[in-house]
Amino acid sequence: MTLFQMTRRDALVLLAFAAVILTMPLWTAPIGANYPGLMQKFVIFAIFAIGFNVLFGLTGYLSFGHAAFLGVGSYTAVWTFKLLTMDVLPAIVFAILVSGLFALAIGYLSMRRSGIYFSILTLAFAQMSYNLAYSVLTPITNGETSLQLTLQDPRVIDLALAPRGAGLPTASLFGQTLTGLGGFYFCAVVLIVAFFIAIKIFASPFGMMLRGIKSNQTRMSYTGFNTRPYALTAFVISGMYAGLAGALLAVTDPLAGAERMQWTASGEVVLMTILGGVGTLIGPVIGAWLIKYFENIFSAFNEQILSRFFDFVPDPLHDTMVAIASKFVGEGWQLTLGLLFVLVVVFLPGGIMEGVRRIGSLFGRRSTPVSPGAARAQPAE
Amino acid sequence: MARSDQNIVLHVDDVSKNFGGLQALSDIDFAVEEGTTHAIIGPNGAGKSTLLNVIVGRLAPTRGAVVFDGTVLTGKQPYQINQLGVARVFQTPEIFPELSVLQNVMTPAFAKRDGAFRINIFRTVDSEAEIRDEAEAILEDVGLSTRLASHAGSLSRGDKRRMELAMCLIQHPRLLLLDEPTAGMSRHDTNTTIDLLKKIKARGMTKVIIEHDMHVVFSLADRISVLSGGKIIAEGTPDEVRGSAKVQEAYLGGAHRLEAH
Repeated sequence: MTLFQMTRRDALVLLAFAAVILTMPLWTAPIGANYPGLMQKFVIFAIFAIGFNVLFGLTGYLSFGHAAFLGVGSYTAVWTFKLLTMDVLPAIVFAILVSGLFALAIGYLSMRRSGIYFSILTLAFAQMSYNLAYSVLTPITNGETSLQLTLQDPRVIDLALAPRGAGLPTASLFGQTLTGLGGFYFCAVVLIVAFFIAIKIFASPFGMMLRGIKSNQTRMSYTGFNTRPYALTAFVISGMYAGLAGALLAVTDPLAGAERMQWTASGEVVLMTILGGVGTLIGPVIGAWLIKYFENIFSAFNEQILSRFFDFVPDPLHDTMVAIASKFVGEGWQLTLGLLFVLVVVFLPGGIMEGVRRIGSLFGRRSTPVSPGAARAQPAE
Repeated sequence: MARSDQNIVLHVDDVSKNFGGLQALSDIDFAVEEGTTHAIIGPNGAGKSTLLNVIVGRLAPTRGAVVFDGTVLTGKQPYQINQLGVARVFQTPEIFPELSVLQNVMTPAFAKRDGAFRINIFRTVDSEAEIRDEAEAILEDVGLSTRLASHAGSLSRGDKRRMELAMCLIQHPRLLLLDEPTAGMSRHDTNTTIDLLKKIKARGMTKVIIEHDMHVVFSLADRISVLSGGKIIAEGTPDEVRGSAKVQEAYLGGAHRLEAH
């Protein structure tokens, strides 16, 4: 079947990826990140970044407004919970559809320009959505208080099947509640499916056309391609990925606030993608994990933890070390992340994946000589 | 000119182009017969590139029209003109530097097979054996079969030009436009390119060549239009043009350069 057709290499990448994701509770334990809430974030923001990379990595169009689609996905999911059912599947389907429609409208207008003007247009649309969610659209978004479940929600499908319970309901899948690790594994399976679709797009003729648009738009049009619908399709696909991520955020915590659409959130997914490696399959996932790890774990380090860490240092130096290091953790975690970002962009323009590739080719050259042509033909994409 | 209209592939019909007050082209009128090679020569600033840009739809003519195989090209997008069967080689090769040589040549084949837009994500590029085989065969023809996996951006200028030609050939265009195909090439590369273009000629493809290198023009063209100051000052077979005193005077400023090669 052509649907599952993929190269041996891609199949191996998918298998390894699935194994890494499903064993996440094991390998996050030593770094203190093995609680479901954080692992869910790892998985959800990986989906967001993979989708963003379909647009930015393949076509080169840099959107600064993708958080808008994430927010739309969350609002749609919570509304589906409120109006229809707590089952997650309808919420996810509606979130993907509605954010896809949003992306179609915003993308159609923004793609009339390219380069920096395109980026500014997407940023403007996203900020507009953010401000609307806070002001005019309060009846839909519940403004500053965020959209939440209430005891009076109609939930027509659920209540037709069973009487209303006492407390607030939780998200479920075919009657199975999705809390804690269950919620994580559900998101993990969705991530693996999302990754599989990204592999298919990357290896398909469609993906090659998108790379052609990034590489030389003039040649594409003189070669007979109508480039705009290609780029717009990539924009809509990445918007749908963002909507899916937004829906999963609502699944793990049925609450949608406008701050999810703010420009800092849009900028974050750009950082994730560049940090990990633009245009690579795995890079954006690693970038997402690094940023979420810094945001959640590094920011929690305090002076006691540092003091224990520097226990081996003799006394007069000890306090100085702790004082210096404390500037880079806790509230200063963004300083460390910023430095890391600068280092990566300056020394590894291809992101962390380029570092991995360089190390790989270093070992490869020592054991078996690889011809430069062959090494170049298979960039780690 | 007693030529039958049925065989005309391209007709540049009384085209003029003004840029503000500057008249870049005035009343250009010529026709290209199926299967022939038509060269347009002229000194720098004669309007050669403007004419080519009008033909491919990059520039709209101020007056007149360009008719390809019964269809008016004026007002059409470059991709639509390509879909009608017109391919173009640029003066500076327009390629996909980040893709491999094989991918560069496979990409245009998809435009030919699938049209201007088709979302094809179920198949993989690797499984498109037919397109791959054809791309490999054409790359062999142009002498790049050892570079299939190379990054196109790393090729020499001559190789990039050859690859760009392969990108056009895989579409089997009815009309191939070549903008100074040997510009910036060494004598050796120029000769290889001429041999290659002669080989294509044997396939019966119609070609329009913009060129300033006489050597290239006289060895390839069936007909030549001489452009000077935005006007066609002479048109005919290579021998007729070579013999025209008007051409030598207006364009070359001396007979010796025509005989040099």
